[in-house]
Amino acid sequence: MTAAVKNKLRVATTSLAGCFGCHMSLLDIDERLFTLLEHIEFDRSPLTDIKHCGPCDIGIVEGGICNAENVHVLREFRKNCKILVAIGACAVTGGLPAQRNHLDLGACLREVYQTEISLEQGLIPNDPELPLPLDKVHPLHEVVKVDYFIPGCPPSGDAIWKFLTDLLAGRTPTLGHGLIKYD
Amino acid sequence: MSETHTFRLDGDEVPFAEGQTVIQAALSAGRYIPHLCYHPEFKPHGSCKVCTVKADGRAAASCTLPARAGMAVESDTEEMNDLRRTLVQMLFAEGNHFCPSCEKSGNCMLQALGYDLGVMTAGFRHFFPDRPVDASHPDLLLDFNRCILCELCVRASCEVDEKCVFALSGRGLDKHLVVNAVSGRLADTDVALGDKAVEVCPVGVILKKRVGFAQPIGARRYDARPISAQALDDAPRPGNHRSGCGACEEGAK
Amino acid sequence: MTTPTLHDPTLKSILREHGREPAALLQILRAVQEAYQHLPSETIATIALELDVPIARVRGVAGFYAFLSERPWGRYRVLFSDNVTDRMQGSQDLLAYMCERLWLERGHVSEDGLISIDTTSCTGLCDQGPGMLVNGRAIGNLSRERIDQLCELILAQIPESEWPIQLFAIVDNIHRRDLILGQALQPGEAIRAALDFGDSPQRETAANARSWREAVPGNATGPQAVLDEIKRANLRGRGGAGFTTGVKWQACRDAAGQQRYVVCNADEGEPGTFKDRVLLNSFADLVFDGMTVCAYAIGAGEGFLYLRGEYRFLLEKLEAVLDARRRSGLLGKAILGVPGFDFDIRIHLGAGAYVCGEESALIESLEGKRGVPRNRPPYPVTNGYLQRPTTVNNVETFCAAALIARHGADGYRAVGTAKSAGSKLLSVAGDCARPGIYEYPFGVTVRQVLEDCGAVDPQAVQISGPSGVCIGVDEFDRRIAFEDLPTAGAFTVFDQSRDMFEVARNYAHFFAHESCGFCTPCRVGTAMLRNIMDKIHAGHGTPYDLREIERLDKVLGMSAHCGLGHTACNPTLDTLKRFRPAYERRLKSLDFEPAFDLDGALAVARQMTGRDDEGAHLRTETPT
Repeated sequence: MTAAVKNKLRVATTSLAGCFGCHMSLLDIDERLFTLLEHIEFDRSPLTDIKHCGPCDIGIVEGGICNAENVHVLREFRKNCKILVAIGACAVTGGLPAQRNHLDLGACLREVYQTEISLEQGLIPNDPELPLPLDKVHPLHEVVKVDYFIPGCPPSGDAIWKFLTDLLAGRTPTLGHGLIKYD
Repeated sequence: MSETHTFRLDGDEVPFAEGQTVIQAALSAGRYIPHLCYHPEFKPHGSCKVCTVKADGRAAASCTLPARAGMAVESDTEEMNDLRRTLVQMLFAEGNHFCPSCEKSGNCMLQALGYDLGVMTAGFRHFFPDRPVDASHPDLLLDFNRCILCELCVRASCEVDEKCVFALSGRGLDKHLVVNAVSGRLADTDVALGDKAVEVCPVGVILKKRVGFAQPIGARRYDARPISAQALDDAPRPGNHRSGCGACEEGAK
Repeated sequence: MTTPTLHDPTLKSILREHGREPAALLQILRAVQEAYQHLPSETIATIALELDVPIARVRGVAGFYAFLSERPWGRYRVLFSDNVTDRMQGSQDLLAYMCERLWLERGHVSEDGLISIDTTSCTGLCDQGPGMLVNGRAIGNLSRERIDQLCELILAQIPESEWPIQLFAIVDNIHRRDLILGQALQPGEAIRAALDFGDSPQRETAANARSWREAVPGNATGPQAVLDEIKRANLRGRGGAGFTTGVKWQACRDAAGQQRYVVCNADEGEPGTFKDRVLLNSFADLVFDGMTVCAYAIGAGEGFLYLRGEYRFLLEKLEAVLDARRRSGLLGKAILGVPGFDFDIRIHLGAGAYVCGEESALIESLEGKRGVPRNRPPYPVTNGYLQRPTTVNNVETFCAAALIARHGADGYRAVGTAKSAGSKLLSVAGDCARPGIYEYPFGVTVRQVLEDCGAVDPQAVQISGPSGVCIGVDEFDRRIAFEDLPTAGAFTVFDQSRDMFEVARNYAHFFAHESCGFCTPCRVGTAMLRNIMDKIHAGHGTPYDLREIERLDKVLGMSAHCGLGHTACNPTLDTLKRFRPAYERRLKSLDFEPAFDLDGALAVARQMTGRDDEGAHLRTETPT
């Protein structure tokens, strides 16, 4: 990586229909985080607790799109980030949450809230505060334009490091054997 | 009598014997051409089209293309690899391929091919088809969600096992695997654990029960070496298979 | 309905009639389907047992063809023809009307099992549409009155064999005759003429069987002389590809092997084409003469007419023609008294699969298999039916061959252009006053045809169906000929009121429906193209989607297994090139739009929760 950059790149991250595993993996780059922070600063991210994304250079999004709120957050990222990166199996393929896609959403809701005993006493929650689920779970690229993809469940810290160092150095990121993986 | 001739593969001379296809000659010569439905032990099929090359300027599947003396074959080019990437992406978008929860992960040819070609995303809109699983058999599981319709099991079951347990039905995007039982259930067929058809599935459709995830990550087939290296280890063993089941089209003479 | 078992006399007689040969599988399944309106799983098992083939293989074949079905459809299975011309004639409204009248949802069977309504690919009634099939029988000229009549007949459960005969009337609509439609040959005349070719001193024994020919009189030059005449006439295949017929015949004649086959490709599935329907309806003897001349020339003993399932209504008539020919010595042993000139023709019915028009897929289907195009080489001329040398030609090609045998190459070559000898039948339909069959010498301009058929204010013509080319007004001086606009015969006219995007979308659906699914690019790519066209139709398209279409075209063109995949994007790209505004006015100005309707994806959850507040909706983003 090149020597200290005067203007740090602004990076936002978030997790949608995901498990934060990709964020854990980001932390897995360990001491290289310090090097990274010489080059970037975080905007909205679980690491900063900033609630909304401002203008950024890079947006990194984990998780697929399973409800209306996911759509709003993803749009906010797309609008504000020059480069949008889908990270992890869920963001790239829909992943584990998308395994409900062959089921009818109505049947799922009935099963959970009506057939089975639930806290809602047979009612399907309808509080406007709650985001409505989409009938299917989608990978990010089906909802907005995505510039880069890092597959993996989660991608390893090394893969994330390689990707980011390529990107920061202005190279087209490539992972190569051992770093690119889908599981 | 097999007189040896040569053709050029990406500029290099590759020898071939009369009757060999381009991919057979290439693999024999230690040259890898990416492929999925081709298997050295079975009659070439030509359906996945991943092995497409340009021969004298015309695109053709190298597994069914007879080698001709002097032909110029382009394979490891950006254009061909781009095509292969797109085909692999199409297969990922067509089925339900959730690698993290698949016991074939690490041993899967589709996945390994994706790695080798640098496929980072299916890119296209996913079809998310509804494909039920057949868990009826005590020792085997059929997870059709991952089927890439390569027909390797169909060919193996007819040509080697002489059982014809598998066949394809439907057409277009609705094409799907069926098994040889009135009930349509695998349990009611004469499939057995040791069948070639069980062993040959390149993806996670035909699975043995109770052995999933036994291999630790790192020890799986494509963990250490990419598929391009593995395929050359496996190739080639032409010529020593015979066709079998008299009842089926592949076998019938 | 009880499940037919082997004790069932109908099933028994079907099996007996078809000889329990695995190659007869498709014919058996078709007959069972016709008798029972579906293929019960026990019957499939019985057939598998009787033919000694795996059940899975029978299922595989049953699942391939659109007219075969393992699950029961209605006792009256109504299929509306869904070609773009049917739609232009109002088929969609009529379908909706019929569903409404019968309280039925498209694609579903009525609760009493009486009726089901759905669509099928072009039935070849474009000149008298909209068309439909009821239990496989063709009905044209649909109107509300006709639908009313059909509903009454169905609700009264009158068997379709007792329906008024005029319902099933199909007419020829010939508007211009030339070489083929204008001839007045007697049955057998072309064969007699063929026998006179060459300088064989022993004509009465100079017959066709190659095994025989190789052993006997070296001076028996008759068959080769006929073949040379076909070559000299420069006859080219009329199925669209335009391969030189004489070269094909010669390759088949020269191929090693004792048994050869002549196959007539009457699987006329290209949307908008219906000329073979007319040739078989009114010129069947000419077709069979041509096949017999071919058999004589190449040394074939057996022939097949592969008749598309949609033309089932022609079967009895054609069988009768074949019987008459057998009686008059034009088929069978020692044709016209020439010892060794043995040839007979069997009719094989298709069951709803466009891809079987591809000659190697057609041969697979003849062998009772799934109609999947073969890997080539080897080609059918050396490895065709049962891996034996086989000549496959279009119906019209055989007609032309018969004419050449009768009148010689010179007269034939004098008609047409330098590279396209003879005449061409066009199936004219769409926006014109006089749809029907027009036969022209090759070289006729599109403009001439448009004038003759009474097309007012045309904006486009689809030449040779969706796998052909779509041309606009400034190209109407182009000519129908192999050197300019080659065609299998479809000539579909669109006037200025038509939305060319919707035309292309209809064709995209057609290809996705008819893809055999063998190869990855076509199986997945045609479905992707269909989805993109639907996305644009729904108002969610962007320039990104247009680039995606171009990407699909590249992949399909380069790697698809057969012509279906190679040409699947053509209608879209042609219209995109010539009628771009038809696409652009549907596009969002955004460069990207979700692959699906976001707000629609919340509909289920809205309904389940009873919510309709602001948060329960996803607005389309406005461009920034």
